[in-house]
Parts: sequence; C-alpha cells; structure tokens
Amino acid sequence: MEIAARQGEGRVILDVSGDIDLAHSPAMRKVLLGEIKEKRVPKVFLNLKNVRYIDSSGIASLVEGLKASRDQGSRMILYGLSPSVKEVMELSRLQRIFEIYDNEEQALSSQAR
Amino acid sequence: MFRNVLEMEGRVASPKTQRSSEKAESPHSELLLHLRLESNPEALCLVRGTVERAAEVTHFPENQIRAIVRAVDEALANVIRHAYQGKKGMPIEVSCNRLWKDRNTKALGGIEIVLSDSGIAADPAAFRGRPLEEIRPGGLGLHFIKQSMDVVEFSRKNGRNFLRLVKYLAPSKPRGPEGD
Repeated sequence: MEIAARQGEGRVILDVSGDIDLAHSPAMRKVLLGEIKEKRVPKVFLNLKNVRYIDSSGIASLVEGLKASRDQGSRMILYGLSPSVKEVMELSRLQRIFEIYDNEEQALSSQAR
Repeated sequence: MFRNVLEMEGRVASPKTQRSSEKAESPHSELLLHLRLESNPEALCLVRGTVERAAEVTHFPENQIRAIVRAVDEALANVIRHAYQGKKGMPIEVSCNRLWKDRNTKALGGIEIVLSDSGIAADPAAFRGRPLEEIRPGGLGLHFIKQSMDVVEFSRKNGRNFLRLVKYLAPSKPRGPEGD
C-alpha cells in the first residue's frame, strides 16, 4: 500500500493505492489521524480509486478517522471506491455514515457545502 | 524477517492422502492446495492471490471469488491477531479442497477451506460477532466471514484450532448487504 498526499488550501488529498489489509492498515491509520488530529486539516479527502482490497482492519481505520474528524469538527471525504471496496462497505453497513462521492470532481465540488 | 513466507503444495490428490483433521466430509473432494505459512501479516496478500486462483479453477463467479478470498483473509487475520496475539513466525496451515457435485448423494459442488493453527483457543463468545448498529472500529471480520461463506465451523482438537469454511457453487443461500 502507498499513500501520497496532495496539499491544498484547507485540505489534503490522500491518494491511496494497493491493499489496505492487516499489514497496512496501521500505516493508513497513522497517516489519517496525523492529518486530522495533529495537523488539524479541515478537509481530508481519501482517493480510493487504486485500492484493490480493503479488509475489516482497513474499514476500522476509516471509522477511527471519521470519529476523529467529527471530534475535530472537520470533514473526511471518500471517493473513487472500486466495486470490491464498495462491496465491503455495504457488508459492514457503514456506507451511510461516510461522506462518499464517485470521483474527485464531485468530491471537491462538495467543499462549498 | 520471517524465514518462509509461504510454502505451497499445489497438487490434485486423492482424498485418501488428506490428513484426517483436514479431510472434507464428502468423499467427492480433492485437495487443490495446501499452504504452510507463518503468522506474518505480509503473507496475507500471497494467500489472497493463491485462494483467488483456487476459487477461479472451481468456477465460482467473480463476486463469489471475492467473497471466498475475503473470508479466508479475515480468518487468517483473526488467527494472527487473536490466536497468536500478534506474534510473528507462528505456524498456520491452509488447505483448499474442491468439492465435486454428486447427483447420487446430492452432494453440492464447491470449495472447502480449512485453516489450522496452534494458538490459544478461540473464545466461543467471539464467534457470535457484534451488532452492526454499533459504529465503532473492530469486530467486523467475523461478520464478513459469516456473510461470505455457506458453512463456518470452528473446532479445537489436540491443542489446535480448526476453522472450516465452505462455499457451494449452487444453489447457494442468497446473501446481500442486508445479510440473512
């Protein structure tokens, strides 16, 4: 798994690629919580377009990130979910608690809200 | 670093060659592969790739292949996290058996995967999972396994944990995001 950060005005886009599994979810969690809790970035976008696989530990990292962003009063936004990632979101019944968009354009245009 | 990431025996064997503890209940089964790995999270991606191929040769559709891979991955993650409490280098074995359909015995075709480890005994209460209404990290793995497979059986014999997972080709219980 790799994570590349694109910084912007009041936001960061994290481009995640590879598998978010037991081996890599701790790194995912660290980066996510670093942006939300330490750097206090108001909007954290997660680009999951190139994520092939996510397991329950990966979902748990996202839930932790979401809780932290709610505590901080910031936003965590997901987009570009592959069918495999969507499937896992549906299985976990957590898709409704996340702010999810189809692509980057839609996700970024949601900033005004 | 761990010594052996993964050892694999990929052969079609007669049921007679299977170990008794890992044998499919149906005589109409054959060993597709037998993996020996260590309790290292880095090995999971290798197992996922291998099990994906095993499910492909068993002719499962794409969404069910993903379900089988997900179940095995989550089960292995549970072994690493709970049975071995995160300790690396501990032995895990994974056997994949192809189940042949038999019209005489009405046996269903499919795949049977048996995971075994010598870690601490699993807590039966943990096998009940948790309500999904609780929005919190953790506890989803078992739910994924149960949603993905037709049979999920845990047993402990001679100090070893065995988890038997079966997915039938058809007819299969209809499953969806809303569960049973």
